[in-house]
Amino acid sequence: MEFIQTLLANELVVSIFLSLLPLVFIIVYALVVLYTEMKVAAHIQDRVAYMRTGWHGLLQPIADMLKLLQKEDIIPDKADKLLFRLAPIIAFVGTYAAYAVLPFSSIYIGSNINLGAFFLVAVGSLVVVGILMAGWASNNKWSLFGGVRSAAQMISYEIPTAIAIIIVVMITGSLNLQDVTKFQDGGIGNWVVFGGPLPWSQKLMLMPFTIITFFILFVSSIAEVNRTPFDLPEAESELVQGFNTEYSGMRFAMFYLSEYANLFTVSAVGVALFLGGWSSPFGTFMSGPVWGIFWFVAKAYVFVLIQIWVRWTLPRLRVDQLMYVSWKVLTPWLFACLLAVGLILVL
Amino acid sequence: MDLYTIIFYIFAVITLGAACVVVFSRNIVRAAFALLFAFFGVAGIYVFLLADFIAITQLLIYVGGILVLILFGVMLTSHQIHVDTKTGTVQTLPAVMIVSALAGTIIGIFWSTDWNVSSQLKIMDKTAPQIGELLLTKYLLPFEIASVVLLVALIGAAMIARREKKPKD
Repeated sequence: MEFIQTLLANELVVSIFLSLLPLVFIIVYALVVLYTEMKVAAHIQDRVAYMRTGWHGLLQPIADMLKLLQKEDIIPDKADKLLFRLAPIIAFVGTYAAYAVLPFSSIYIGSNINLGAFFLVAVGSLVVVGILMAGWASNNKWSLFGGVRSAAQMISYEIPTAIAIIIVVMITGSLNLQDVTKFQDGGIGNWVVFGGPLPWSQKLMLMPFTIITFFILFVSSIAEVNRTPFDLPEAESELVQGFNTEYSGMRFAMFYLSEYANLFTVSAVGVALFLGGWSSPFGTFMSGPVWGIFWFVAKAYVFVLIQIWVRWTLPRLRVDQLMYVSWKVLTPWLFACLLAVGLILVL
Repeated sequence: MDLYTIIFYIFAVITLGAACVVVFSRNIVRAAFALLFAFFGVAGIYVFLLADFIAITQLLIYVGGILVLILFGVMLTSHQIHVDTKTGTVQTLPAVMIVSALAGTIIGIFWSTDWNVSSQLKIMDKTAPQIGELLLTKYLLPFEIASVVLLVALIGAAMIARREKKPKD
């Protein structure tokens, strides 16, 4: 007991412990989402998915994980070995850095910096570099195509994401995600997607624009995590598997984990910015630091579910359609919203 | 040595080590990827200077924009990658003169500047609102000129890229 107390008194140990908490969360969450994705996909396609490992196949994700960990780590002979080893690490670092600014609860946020929302946009670029590095180092043309496509797509869709974040920041007046969440505290009516806690006249005028902005943020976040209908980087019918074709074992698992962690991040960003983050939808009922974690994860999980649903429902876009959506549909609409929201706030 | 000093030296080593790889590597792709670590290290040092906004902007612009652009450029000219870039010693004398003049100037500035050193750790203030206010009041003209120049560059790039092929007769 005394040992634990001296440990807890040490600032370094405590900060390392606190910074590892999201990692534990990611691993548990990845198992849950893996199971959900397989089951949802199966039921959409009128199958039942795995049923034999545990009750309704509940243990299957754990078996899958054990299998991945034991696989041989194969590095192609002609690959650039140093970059090949480095790429999954950089991609995961970029993903994990985003968790530093996610406000899981009113008392838990990795780093309560003033520029949280801005930081989120910036660290996404590390993932782009990791994916490009993987595509290049594999020395495989499909991997390279996948990597370049993925990078082009993520960069294009960063623009609508950033403008959507700016619109929220204009309403809330802060880039700190904790402040943004506190601004929306006090029930479902105060959420930014419904105009935020402003006077009714402004709120009603803002509401159509905030709803459009939220929808566009959601669409561009699907594109940023490279999922169907925007999964061109992994288009298996033309590119085998995209940038991670040559990866196996633990390194493949890191890309996989990074992908699912990103899926949660983009959903969590949407939740923190538009849907009140950790605040309870019923005002003071069921609110508090621990309920905060529940609400935050539950709201984000709903959007993860919707992304899975969309993935197994819609077909894949063509490259030109993908760029068309980003530059000629989402971006102009968001600029219109930006102008309108600015005008309404000045009124 | 306290924790902050150690972290500072880690960032310094990352920056300088990566910069050396950029300069000395004969593999152009590795040199481009090493830039990632150099930019990252510089961003870390900006945080130590309490310039959080500049640090994140550094990541966004240099890693997300310029580095990815360089990588695209290198990758799309793939047949040139295994050609050794000229690293032999050509024109040694002028190079030595220019480099020593530049190094001398920088070291001179370094020694002659009266650095504002504080023994106490300052707390990060809200920097973004201050920067925004200054950009829209005191530095409005340079800000607008920079944005117009960028717009012109964008339109120019789009014009060059969009050059339509003449229909064959």
